[in-house]
Amino acid sequence: MASRPRTLYEKIWDAHVVETRDDGTALIYIDRHLVHEVTSPQAFEALKVAGRPVRRPELTLAVPDHNLPTTPRVDGGGRPVPIADPESAAQLAALEVNAPAFGIRYIPATAKEQGIVHVVGPEQGFSLPGTTIVCGDSHTACHGGLGALAFGIGTSEVEHVLATQTLLLQQSKPMEVRVEGDLGPGVSAKDLILHIIGRIGAAGGSGYVIEYKGKVFERMTIEERLTVCNMSIEAGARAGLIAPDDVTFAYLKGRPMAPKGAEWDAAVAYWRTLHSDEGAVFAKSVTINAADVEPSVTWGTSPEDVVPIGGRVPHPEDFADESKRVAAQKSLDYMGLVPGTPMIEVRIENVFIGSCTNSRIEDLRAAAAILKGRRKADNVKWAIVVPGSGLVKAMAEEEGLDRIFIEAGFEWREPGCSACLGMNPDKVPAGERCASTSNRNFVGRQGPGARTHLVSPAMAAAAAVTGRLTDVREFV
Amino acid sequence: MEPLTRVEGRAIPLGLKNVDTDIIIPAKWLKTISREGLGQGAFEVLRAEPGNVFDDPAYQGAPILIAGDNYGCGSSREHAAWAMLDLGIRVVIAPSFSDIHSGNAVKNGILPVVLPQEAVDRLLEVAREGLAITVDLEAQTVTTPYQDRFTFELDPFRRHCLLNGLDEVGLTMARGEAIGGFEASRTAAQPWLMRGTAA
Ligand code: SF4
Repeated sequence: MASRPRTLYEKIWDAHVVETRDDGTALIYIDRHLVHEVTSPQAFEALKVAGRPVRRPELTLAVPDHNLPTTPRVDGGGRPVPIADPESAAQLAALEVNAPAFGIRYIPATAKEQGIVHVVGPEQGFSLPGTTIVCGDSHTACHGGLGALAFGIGTSEVEHVLATQTLLLQQSKPMEVRVEGDLGPGVSAKDLILHIIGRIGAAGGSGYVIEYKGKVFERMTIEERLTVCNMSIEAGARAGLIAPDDVTFAYLKGRPMAPKGAEWDAAVAYWRTLHSDEGAVFAKSVTINAADVEPSVTWGTSPEDVVPIGGRVPHPEDFADESKRVAAQKSLDYMGLVPGTPMIEVRIENVFIGSCTNSRIEDLRAAAAILKGRRKADNVKWAIVVPGSGLVKAMAEEEGLDRIFIEAGFEWREPGCSACLGMNPDKVPAGERCASTSNRNFVGRQGPGARTHLVSPAMAAAAAVTGRLTDVREFV
Repeated sequence: MEPLTRVEGRAIPLGLKNVDTDIIIPAKWLKTISREGLGQGAFEVLRAEPGNVFDDPAYQGAPILIAGDNYGCGSSREHAAWAMLDLGIRVVIAPSFSDIHSGNAVKNGILPVVLPQEAVDRLLEVAREGLAITVDLEAQTVTTPYQDRFTFELDPFRRHCLLNGLDEVGLTMARGEAIGGFEASRTAAQPWLMRGTAA
């Protein structure tokens, strides 16, 4: 094809163009589609009404996660426990019926493979480098950690993908976030992405697909790369990407839905071509010095409201732009914070370790390393750990992490989205604070009136021990 | 989907920046399996505040909403578009929109109008006076009784779909042959890409 140097994003895009239209939009082929119970019922309904089949059922994988309670799913006699909330039950039942009716593979709530869609996709080897991956969930960007072009879509688009295996899209612009140097001790992938969002803003990536570049990312494990790409959407970007490499291939090899035998070799040979060419042009570039990144925490109700843990709650007057000043005041009122307060003096009553951002085995290990031999503070009323999938849960139990959490005063739950969003029974009470490893600190996100501080798993664990936001480096 | 050519009416002067889809429709309303009735939960958190613009009698039934930067950011939930539609909103004017939400809006017959901040500020003033604003999609203009006239861009395909109320799924299904051709060459060259859950 073109001899012009291309970015990784452009390479993946070009490989998926079915046809280009005169107006510049393109019909893009979708390789992998993940479906959960919340954003799919209206799409299946529309297909039924119009008598339309699913074009390629084997390219879609369905798993329930958002609504599921995280309490035990089978009773003592091994029978499934009914879901108490009738609306949640109806939505879950709809997926359970719709998926098989359209020939789609469905992972039931009681299967050990069940988990949050964005944990399950990579874990099963369903998500692969260089593929286009979509899901009716904005954190689909997560799969970019494997070098896939992955993004969230709405329900009409879910229907469009089911019926045609394509989407009509306008190409985004490539943006580069380059990180120079190494992260300091105690500074995690989550701290880095929070820092990046704080730097470029919640709309800074709007209209772009971000590629994360630099040694830092090359040295990261896949779990860490998934954490970084997961939050690309919080910077407004359509997707985030990290070029696949040997770390990626080692992670995928042998996974149930990954290619096998000669096809594996062919796939790896292809994946090795997936990187931005020397001289490829990015429409926007941001450079970040890794040494400037400290353990990060949010103070407000937008993920861009980030300060280092050693920082203070800002004054609204600190912001140059008028609308940001108004927004900051609103955030502070909602969060019940006084400007100038050191972040380490902010007391918390709840701790949530989980979500598609930070519920993989490494996240649980990082939190457990801090909690080992310690206990949560008395003012922490509710602390839960929700593994990202049944497989993560089983692995953690094998390593004895569950004991560490339970002895530290945490509840050890079944996999699902849990307190990341107020849709299932796990909610943060109104007016209370939560140190949370999730990705959104929006008003009411963790329950009506709940106050969220986004942090890394190790920082959440440290906060549980002291009962206030805490610099995890005091523990290492 | 209902065609949209010209909308004339009062506008709700929200003006707020970073209005995320959790604000437009909180998660507890997402447990529905239908598209109807979500207006009840729309902007619930903002409506809990006394004197909010949504419950102000001056803006009841207004078909236009004016917001700040990054409207519809956050969750991909299309319920946000359904909730707005249920309130009777057909046009949102803002300096910028999230990609996902503006796509969802168009697919439900809601027009996202991007205008520079100064123009948005001016329209907010006019809206606060309770005067009608006219949005003309044919001409791609927003006008006020004070003779303000702002032009906006919209990608031609979206404009075409909105003007004619077209169903995108049906349009793409008509391209089945091209899609089939793409799949055939895919299956020949990189069969593992086509295996999915059947691997
Ligand atoms: S964990 Fe949270 S962000 Fe991730 S898919 Fe579930 S609800 Fe969405």
